Amino acid sequence: MNSQSPIPDPLIFMPRWLNNVWQWIDFRMGLRDALVPLMQHPTPRGARWWYVFGSATLTLFLSQIVTGICLALVYVPSADQAYETLQYLNYSASLGWFIRALHNCSASGMIIMLALHMTQVFLMGAFKYPREMTWLVGVVLLLCTLAMCFSGQVLRWDQDAYWTVGVSAAMAGRVPVVGPSMVHMLLGGETIGGQTLSRFFALHVFIVPGALIFFLILHLYLVLKHGISAPPVTGQPVDPKTYAAEYEAELKRGEPFFPLAVARDAIFSSLTVIVVCGIAAWLGPQGPGEPPDPTLIQATPRPDWYFLPLFALLALSPPELEVVAIFGVPAIAIGVLVLVPFVAGKGERSPRRRPVAVLSVLMIYLVVGVLGWVGYLSPWSPDMFAWSGTPVPVRMIEGLSPRELAGAAVFQNKTCRNCHALDGAGGKRGPDLTSVATRLTHDELIRQVIQGGGLMPAFGDQLSPAEVEAMVSFLETLKPRGQPPAESPVASDR
Amino acid sequence: MTSSDPRPSNTKGTNSGRRTALVWLSVIAGGLATAVAGVPIVGYLVAPLRRSNRDEWMDLGPVEKFIVGKTQIVDLLSPLREPWDGDTGRLAAYVRRATSEDFQVFAINCTHLGCPVSWFPDSGLFLCPCHGGVYYADGARASGPPPRGLYKYSNRIRNGRLEALVGHLPTLHDTPKEG
Repeated sequence: MNSQSPIPDPLIFMPRWLNNVWQWIDFRMGLRDALVPLMQHPTPRGARWWYVFGSATLTLFLSQIVTGICLALVYVPSADQAYETLQYLNYSASLGWFIRALHNCSASGMIIMLALHMTQVFLMGAFKYPREMTWLVGVVLLLCTLAMCFSGQVLRWDQDAYWTVGVSAAMAGRVPVVGPSMVHMLLGGETIGGQTLSRFFALHVFIVPGALIFFLILHLYLVLKHGISAPPVTGQPVDPKTYAAEYEAELKRGEPFFPLAVARDAIFSSLTVIVVCGIAAWLGPQGPGEPPDPTLIQATPRPDWYFLPLFALLALSPPELEVVAIFGVPAIAIGVLVLVPFVAGKGERSPRRRPVAVLSVLMIYLVVGVLGWVGYLSPWSPDMFAWSGTPVPVRMIEGLSPRELAGAAVFQNKTCRNCHALDGAGGKRGPDLTSVATRLTHDELIRQVIQGGGLMPAFGDQLSPAEVEAMVSFLETLKPRGQPPAESPVASDR
Repeated sequence: MTSSDPRPSNTKGTNSGRRTALVWLSVIAGGLATAVAGVPIVGYLVAPLRRSNRDEWMDLGPVEKFIVGKTQIVDLLSPLREPWDGDTGRLAAYVRRATSEDFQVFAINCTHLGCPVSWFPDSGLFLCPCHGGVYYADGARASGPPPRGLYKYSNRIRNGRLEALVGHLPTLHDTPKEG
């Protein structure tokens, strides 16, 4: 074992009295005995920059603790005052806006670093024997982090938070038999109110951080116990019978943990903090949005960006599978993560020999990315203000007859634009009607408007026959110039 | 470590009875302490599970306020509110006066996942902003992901004023489906 420390012993520079104080403390606490072996412990060579993501996650977590404490000095978790204290932090408290921004950006940063750390550990097979337990504890840490993100979003007690809780309660309420009980546990009662916010505050500040710190200590203990894994070598699979000897041999060629291995962690974590602080200063704090008043009906609740993929998955699920999707998808995802060290605990570690692992990671990132993008666009939501805020394109009403113009007005007033776009402007819930006349005949248009079908309601009761005729005559003008209108296939008798 | 076996030597005989009694006593005392402290603590934590129907009849306004054939939104205070609820202690409901005697009071919560629905009088439809659920003026489901029509609050007229039985947040399995 390499025992030559490259840094001279600082004790030789200290004045004698300070040395005596240090010796008194160290003898009773055993600091040097505990820390120096750790610092000098060899780590495998080649354990380079790929390994920095775990400590970056930890650094951002520490940032969350510090900024969280700062916020707790002002924030009041009472349903009637939380909003005002958030505004106070934004506008009155000295640099309060920056603390709020940093807390939010560090949360996003922590999710990103966590994802990179998990991906790196998975692709380099560092979860294999004997580090399976480290992986499992890591899965628990992932769940704790997601719980912190979710509860933290609620503490930003605005309209989004109120309806996020409402939607979560509605999801829980859809479970048969135990649904109402789950709702009451989530809300702390039968309605969203002060007890709900307090509940999430206790979760966010006491319960989940306590669990997280406990499992974090366990995670770090396991990392120390089993050592940093060596980079994978193609053709050198993990075999429990031979691994211990191979790792010992690897360590003999290793470099001491302090200062070089720590240096890489420190540099990357420092860069992460600087970048996150920069982004926080640039973006500013998030919200709060409108006050959490349920009588403000014009609400379009959205979760924070890291929950958008799940949000999109649930929005796109068929109705029969909705309850299954809500609880099944997270359960399956967690189950798969837990099974990873049992299914692939031995064997090849190098990604060059693990095509299933590499393809799985690529597929997961692709699917989650696409779902997140679709969740951001959320085309399934109608545009609630299009009927009055997005006028009919001018080119479409030039040269129309009076009846067709009246039809265009009916089309707007009856909120059709909330779901249907013209020239790409308007709701995306239904099809864009810019060239609908090339697809539906006169009779088909009348039928569709009166009877609806699929995602469209029936408008027969809401429209007089004159209004129907006027609107359909307008819709029949919606086709590219020169293109023939749709025609029913009829045998020609000419 | 100087001695080879740090454990105390096993002395059977006069002291083993006392040792056994002490071990048992520690188990019993521990169990008793856990129960004495634990039962009330657990009872406090699971209290929300006990379902209690605390909805109350709340006044929505004089009958004359509601125009025949129109749907209006009404703001009121929740009977379940706590003093520190602030804005979250408020409730909203849609009141539809179909005929001069026939009232319907709808919850604003969409039956799909609880988002607040908006009433569009010109098209006679309730639209939900979250996933595009649509309801007709009488609350029936028109299209989209909602599994049923709008939740309705029971209503009555007392002394010329419309009242509705409100309070709990309506969710799918704890709000009765009307025949």
